[in-house]
Amino acid sequence: MRYLPQTENSRKAMLDTCGYEEVNDLYRDVPKQAFVNGLVDLPLHKGELEVERYMGAYANENRAAVDGPFFLGAGTYYHHIPSSVDYIIQRSEFLTAYTPYQPEIAQGTLQAIFEYQTFIAQLTGQDIANASLYDGATAMTEAALMALRVTKRKKIVLGNAVHPDYKSVLDSYMWNFDGEIEIGQGQIDDQTACVIVQSPDFYGQPHKYDALRQQCDENGALLVVVVNEIVSLGILEPPEVADIVCGEAQSIGLPMSYGGPHLGFFACKEKYMRQMPGRLCGMTEDADGKRGFVLTLSTREQHIRRDKATSNICTNQGLCALAFTVHMSLLGEDGFKRLARLNHEAACRLADALEAVNGVKLENQTFFNEFVVCLPKEASSVAQALSDKGVIAGLALDNNRLLVAATEMTTDADIAAFAKVLSEVL
Amino acid sequence: MSAEKNSQQSAIELTQHDMTDGNIGLHYEENLLWEKERADHPGVDLPEPQNLALRTGGKPRGDIGLPQVSEPQALRHFVRMSTWNYSIDHGFFPLGSCTMKHNPRLNEKLARLPGFAHIHPMQDESTVQGALAVMHDLQHWLAELTNLPGVCLSPAAGAHGELAGMMTIRRAHEQKGENKKRRIVLTPDSAHGTNPATATTCGYEVRNMPTKENGMLTVAAFKEALYKTDPDGADIAAMMVTNPNTCGLFEKDMVEIADLLHEAGAYFYCDGANFNALVGKVRPGDFGVDVMHINLHKTFSTPHGGGGPGSGPICCTEELAKYMPVPTVIKQGDVYKLETEGDRPETLGRLKGYHGQFGMHVRALSYMLSHGADGLQRVSEDAVLNANYILASLKDDYHAPFAHQGPCMHEALLTDKIQKENGVTTLDIAKALVEHGFHPMTVYFPIHIAGTMLIEPTETESKDSIDRFITVMKDIANGAKAGKADEFHSYPQSTPRKRLDEVKAARQPVLRWR
Repeated sequence: MRYLPQTENSRKAMLDTCGYEEVNDLYRDVPKQAFVNGLVDLPLHKGELEVERYMGAYANENRAAVDGPFFLGAGTYYHHIPSSVDYIIQRSEFLTAYTPYQPEIAQGTLQAIFEYQTFIAQLTGQDIANASLYDGATAMTEAALMALRVTKRKKIVLGNAVHPDYKSVLDSYMWNFDGEIEIGQGQIDDQTACVIVQSPDFYGQPHKYDALRQQCDENGALLVVVVNEIVSLGILEPPEVADIVCGEAQSIGLPMSYGGPHLGFFACKEKYMRQMPGRLCGMTEDADGKRGFVLTLSTREQHIRRDKATSNICTNQGLCALAFTVHMSLLGEDGFKRLARLNHEAACRLADALEAVNGVKLENQTFFNEFVVCLPKEASSVAQALSDKGVIAGLALDNNRLLVAATEMTTDADIAAFAKVLSEVL
Repeated sequence: MSAEKNSQQSAIELTQHDMTDGNIGLHYEENLLWEKERADHPGVDLPEPQNLALRTGGKPRGDIGLPQVSEPQALRHFVRMSTWNYSIDHGFFPLGSCTMKHNPRLNEKLARLPGFAHIHPMQDESTVQGALAVMHDLQHWLAELTNLPGVCLSPAAGAHGELAGMMTIRRAHEQKGENKKRRIVLTPDSAHGTNPATATTCGYEVRNMPTKENGMLTVAAFKEALYKTDPDGADIAAMMVTNPNTCGLFEKDMVEIADLLHEAGAYFYCDGANFNALVGKVRPGDFGVDVMHINLHKTFSTPHGGGGPGSGPICCTEELAKYMPVPTVIKQGDVYKLETEGDRPETLGRLKGYHGQFGMHVRALSYMLSHGADGLQRVSEDAVLNANYILASLKDDYHAPFAHQGPCMHEALLTDKIQKENGVTTLDIAKALVEHGFHPMTVYFPIHIAGTMLIEPTETESKDSIDRFITVMKDIANGAKAGKADEFHSYPQSTPRKRLDEVKAARQPVLRWR
């Protein structure tokens, strides 16, 4: 009851002012059948210590990345988060504020979003970015929906191996169109709204875009590039030629947190500004001519357009975008690129160590911080055996293929342990 | 005397006009990161990898143009910006339909336990049984509180929950072979904008239902919409209604309306944005709801974070449960398991990567455990009492369109009808509240009544806090009556920025630093 400030006296006084005898009088329009008699069948309130014990016991049942060697990636990555990031996002002024509808008393949130949008536009080599979306999977789907709106066509082409969850989310959303939308692999034609390529792809392979750009231009299709390891943009060439670049930015500032909350990002060319989904923050000035920021172009959005909105979205991942922005400000140009090099170097060391294990072959020609190895045995049973010996080895794919990632968190000792245990179980 | 006054005046003028950095007392100016001098070293110290031969298949990226500052500069940058924000920890935040309540820090602490924060969504289930147990517990609490047994936690926010719920309905119609003929979704004119936007996203046509003078949906208006193009309502897929509605009223004919809807073979989607009025006290499954979303960031206090992350689980009937998105968590013996497409082939599929906003699930469960069945019931009661107290205290100063009918639920609805006669509008009243140190209520929503002000105090305000708000609202009404319209138009004066030019922002969009 520690979160409830009203007293018995104040409740009584307030009921008197309202002219009612008891609080149940206020529910007189509620049908009897829906009214709870007594209490719902759930435990009674607990003190802070009891809640900590209850939840702490659950937390202790999980094998965390901090508990030992950890090589799982596949769209969610284990990175270091500077302590200042978590301090800033826990400040009351950011944590307990609402969406900045009253800009005069929300300039902190708004300027941070403006900085976030600038970071995303710079990293992706695009003109503009929105204030963020739920996650990489929904960002990719929103990109496809936008391409359908822009081109007024009905075919989406997947150019390579995108994250399987992203593909599933795309399929589910497109089901709403009653089979009107075709989702194909490979060939771009003059009915294609967009081609979607992920880079690095689900198997860790970076891609180039020039040939695809040319095919898109020849057919009037949009080029959508998906990036779900945003740290890769510190070393790989940016997808400047794309029309839309979207994906997942969890790697900067956010813990893996069993898959969410993460940070969907969305950037595009300026000419598509009014077709973009999601919130946008823009620069303006106040009555004294001082620079300030507001949410803008909201005529695209549901609270104005209702059934004609570009999307039904009404929130972004505000605090996650702030965490990203704080982390990026700490990294800066040199730090961000060095972080990317460290990730790549860790992956190179891991690749060398695993290839040295008898019977293990590296599948990737090229990679950033993740790649596929082929094992002489079935990957899922090998991963299970490694897990039993304290190594979270990666994601078992079909047959003998194992997808493994390394980051700046990966130590020489982790890699040595992986190689040693792998040679034992093979 | 007069000389002294003059010297004081000139000191003030000096502060305001001659100092170039714009800082005044605790009002800080802070430029953009890109406008700061580029530091030699970034705000993190990372080792430089030695002898790195690139295996990326390309050249390393050139200059990106990112700013660079040291750690103290970065920290100060964001702390100074934070002082420009109003938050629930600062004071009363009566934003209607948004449920700005106290955010316990315990929930933040628990979400950061390494066993929750540093686990990966694709880890083998045997290594994350504790995480699955959290989700399973949360599903159970939501099912019990709504009396709707099917729960899916994956939607990322309220609007995403709406989509998940409406697609669940769509899937059910499809499985019954009725999807092609059921193309219409009914929404009242008082609906949140997300409702029609969601229906359209699902490929449905939206049919509007007018609400009556009493702010409620009537059986007659509902029947007219239900049977408008088909005598049996066989072309209706669903009805989307918020209950309590956006006027803060409980739809008293809800059961009768739901029965008629079900007879026509359609489903009742309830927008759960206003669940704070009902939690622990009234169960939506018992007034005819088939599926609804719950905003964990509203009713269950996972923080709003300046606009997300939210979390919008859906709860539904046994009949609809098999069609919900995947994954959901099930328990087999003592083992928790994610139920996916393979286990539940009737599912509509996946709507979000992984399993939802798990960090928010931890926070919400921690909040529920803290309150318990008894505390949650008190949440509803105090939220409703606080709103009624505001309504009773202000109904003579402001036009309160429904106050004569009886009690409201957790929100009080006023309009600017009286003040407008003196040239003072809802926007002016909102900005006057800002000037007096409050966050305004929700303004111009619901949209079907002119000049609305929707006030949601929540249960976490004391009577003192609410009394201060009431006093200021009465002062504002008196100011309007006294003909001070010009003064109102200039508010706010004391904020870091005065009224911002939103037209300029939209006409000449600048969305990034260059």
